[in-house]
Amino acid sequence: MIPELGHFALILALLLAAAQAFFGLVGASRGNVAWMRAAQPAVAGQWVFLLLSFGALVWSFIQFDFSVRYVAMTSNSLLPLFYRIAAAWGGHEGSLLLWGTMLATWSIAVAAFSRSMPLPYKSRVLGVLGLVSMGFLMFMLFTSSPFERLVPAAAEGNDLNPLLQDVALAIHPPMLYLGYVGFSVAFAFACATLIEGRLDVAWARWARPWTLAAWLCLTIGITLGSWWAYYELGWGGYWFWDPVENASFMPWLMGAALIHSLAVTEKRGLFKSWTLLLAVGAFSLSLLGTFLVRSGVLVSVHAFATDPARGLFILGFLVAVIGGALALYTWRAPVLKSDAGFELLSREAFVLFNNALLVAATGLILLGTLYPLFMDAMELGKISVGPPYFGVAFLIPMVPLLLLLGVGMHSSWKRSHIGPIGRLFGVLLGAAVVLALLVSKFAYGQVHFMGVVGFTVAFWVMGSALYEPIRRGGNLRGLPAGFWGMTLAHFGVGLFALGITGVESYRIEKDISLGAGDVTELSGYEFRFDGTKQVRGPNYDAIEGTVVLSRDGKAFKTLHPQKRFYASGGNAMTEAGIHATPTRDLFVALGEDLGAGKWSMRVQYKPLIRYIWLGALFMALGGLVSATDRRYRAKLPATARAPGGTMAGEGAR
Amino acid sequence: MTPRRKRMIAVAAIVIGVGAATAVALQAFQENIMYFYSPSQVTGGEAPRGRAFRLGGLVTTGSLQRTPGSIEINFLVTDNAETIPVKYSGLLPDLFREGQGVIAHGKLNDGGVFVADEVLAKHDENYMPPEVADTLKTPQSAGGAS
Amino acid sequence: MSRYIRFLVPAGLFVILVGFLFIGLQRDPSVIDSPLIGKPAPQFVLENLDDPALRVGTADLQGRMYLFNVWGTWCGGCRQEHDALLAISRSNVVPIIGLNWKDDRGLARKWLNQLGNPYELVAFDPEGQVAIDWGVYGAPETFLVAADGTVLAKRIGAMDMTVWQRDFLPLINGTGGSS
Repeated sequence: MIPELGHFALILALLLAAAQAFFGLVGASRGNVAWMRAAQPAVAGQWVFLLLSFGALVWSFIQFDFSVRYVAMTSNSLLPLFYRIAAAWGGHEGSLLLWGTMLATWSIAVAAFSRSMPLPYKSRVLGVLGLVSMGFLMFMLFTSSPFERLVPAAAEGNDLNPLLQDVALAIHPPMLYLGYVGFSVAFAFACATLIEGRLDVAWARWARPWTLAAWLCLTIGITLGSWWAYYELGWGGYWFWDPVENASFMPWLMGAALIHSLAVTEKRGLFKSWTLLLAVGAFSLSLLGTFLVRSGVLVSVHAFATDPARGLFILGFLVAVIGGALALYTWRAPVLKSDAGFELLSREAFVLFNNALLVAATGLILLGTLYPLFMDAMELGKISVGPPYFGVAFLIPMVPLLLLLGVGMHSSWKRSHIGPIGRLFGVLLGAAVVLALLVSKFAYGQVHFMGVVGFTVAFWVMGSALYEPIRRGGNLRGLPAGFWGMTLAHFGVGLFALGITGVESYRIEKDISLGAGDVTELSGYEFRFDGTKQVRGPNYDAIEGTVVLSRDGKAFKTLHPQKRFYASGGNAMTEAGIHATPTRDLFVALGEDLGAGKWSMRVQYKPLIRYIWLGALFMALGGLVSATDRRYRAKLPATARAPGGTMAGEGAR
Repeated sequence: MTPRRKRMIAVAAIVIGVGAATAVALQAFQENIMYFYSPSQVTGGEAPRGRAFRLGGLVTTGSLQRTPGSIEINFLVTDNAETIPVKYSGLLPDLFREGQGVIAHGKLNDGGVFVADEVLAKHDENYMPPEVADTLKTPQSAGGAS
Repeated sequence: MSRYIRFLVPAGLFVILVGFLFIGLQRDPSVIDSPLIGKPAPQFVLENLDDPALRVGTADLQGRMYLFNVWGTWCGGCRQEHDALLAISRSNVVPIIGLNWKDDRGLARKWLNQLGNPYELVAFDPEGQVAIDWGVYGAPETFLVAADGTVLAKRIGAMDMTVWQRDFLPLINGTGGSS
């Protein structure tokens, strides 16, 4: 009964989404106030019914209702409660429902917290969100309902993929989706602006906190995924440049560009059409990510090929949403003209550099991700693009970006003027180089060219971020939240660069064969293998190795890497043993029994790896602080013109 | 200078900078494109010598060989028509098994042995890398009884 | 007009991208022809699922048209197609021979008891040796084998009534397989 209620709630949500789209868009274009007002209760209703629907699915999981096909596929009677709930989004159907629920949540947040926006504009925003939501709900109802029944019921579930049975990974998809879906708000603002042909830039102020919120969720989601990959996959890598990861990283880069560009549009009225394009682009890449991951175009075969209808539906949806927005852009954007030029070393110019470099990085990653698909479609052979390409493609825009970031942070609007820090730049950069050389030489014993470059930009960015707070001494009150957000996020970028440089330039790894009592040495640490034993977990059996870490003969830690075999069958899983300190991680993964009492092992020394995730968290925190800036909560400014009167033709003169 | 000219300079600087960066990136792109070959293509001489590529197929059942206690392993990869010996030293992925699909990255040595530096087996019984699936051939029925 | 061209660039790039994605989608691996089609089906002899003492093999199937269905209890698509297989079995058009692949004998028998058994015979292939001979790369897969032992058609992924009526029935009727 409960699953049927969930399904019914989903249908009602679709009807309400259609009402929201209709009343929002048609009401605004006809100037019918009653219709425009009707869009808001439709949003609320849609949200309530989607929550009910999602609740019904979670309930079916908690109750072990294996008569529901999706539950039988992704859960199991041995699965602990926490993972049963997380299993609700562990598969295709459930993750779509989660996606739809989040879209409705963002929509209702926009409806509730956008009192300062004029009614017609707000209605159009909600109308566009309603259209997007309709697409998703139709996709779910027509091709992949999570509430489909099995007759007769399965006696036992298939189990959640053991890889997914992990706390970080249970939270990873919701955060990631929250970010993906959050860009729909910026997208809806951009579409509403284009529909109205608005020439003012008030929309940029309205869109900024939403964009920051979406971007920070995406940051946390990606960080969790990376952290999970590090300790769960058994390779010790934190990023693999696989298509699924790239699909989340591209909207992130585009979102970062959008955040900066929105600031210029809001403050200076520049880059109007460019900012609109970025807003459309960030959400388009989110949808494209869904398409690549969900349709099976890139991963292929049995994942989704059993139902090519899904792929076609998603493609049609992409064409409607992105194609529609780009058509609107082609039609409306040419009338948007920037009010003024800008100086070469002004903040506007630095943001332009930032945007160009971030978009270039996005483009290069997109090329590497889609190129194999192009080759295959043209029947030119099967290829893959190796991770080293992505490393280079990412590095080339990032080094100049970070160098410019250090200066740009202190530049001023309108004028070619770098704050009081200007005279110190040479000193700061010199100090960063010297520090980078010293760290390379004395901490890691070798001067690796890219290592020095990486440390230099890392120290440079961190120093530059800290300059202003330090200069002001204790007198930090009165600085706006926006300033703190920027400082935190940019300091995070520096930490991130520090982590990447440390790992990429100075890591040491080896795969070796060890018998009980054997010792191997890595960067001054000794790893002694003390054999294996059998252990038993709630729904798995495992072989556990014992590895004692010591330095200069003194043991300081015992690690227990495991090889797990889940009761539901399938493949073995590697649980690595990790010892972390602020300066480095020691990583041990158990391989397999090689015979003759020996085991294969992977031992790794990963300097500074924690700063990658710490830096990302600083970036997310910076986004959070910025989003709370008081200015965004201000009432409608007097300068904002009433919408509707701003005709497209006006700007053509 | 007028603001307009300054802006032109800024735009030109960006175009040159981005252009140069793209050129370097495309160079890296060229170097990192990895072609995929099946054992039949390797036997037929299509695969490059001295350049890394990816070899895919099924791990022949019973072909796994290792000296007890050694991390080095030898196995055969087949597309059911031709077979290529593979040599690898390192940890095998959790999903590596005889009779299953595998993708190995490495180079062909002079003796016709594929020396892998990376072995991927990202699949389970429900899933096989599409490249591998496409290459699988069925044996000619003449000797096909098993 | 020329200033509009600049704004057409994103839309143009998107159209190209959609074109490629569409072509990519058309390359649906489930319709890739098996190299087996038109060739004799591989020979096999395996234990019977119900009784390890009995054998199931090509010899039992000589001179008859049959469906050869590869399945396992671990496979979601197999659960999905099970009702369709039962319906096909009830229609008595052609017998279904099962290949229980990389599975556990107890689980497989429990599955058939609970869900109903559409198979005339089930061969037990825990090691997957026969599946390799047949070029199987995932379950479920279904082959149609003619009375003379030639493979007529192959379905990768779950069987359903639409596919059955569209792709399989015409082949069976065309060769006079319904008897």
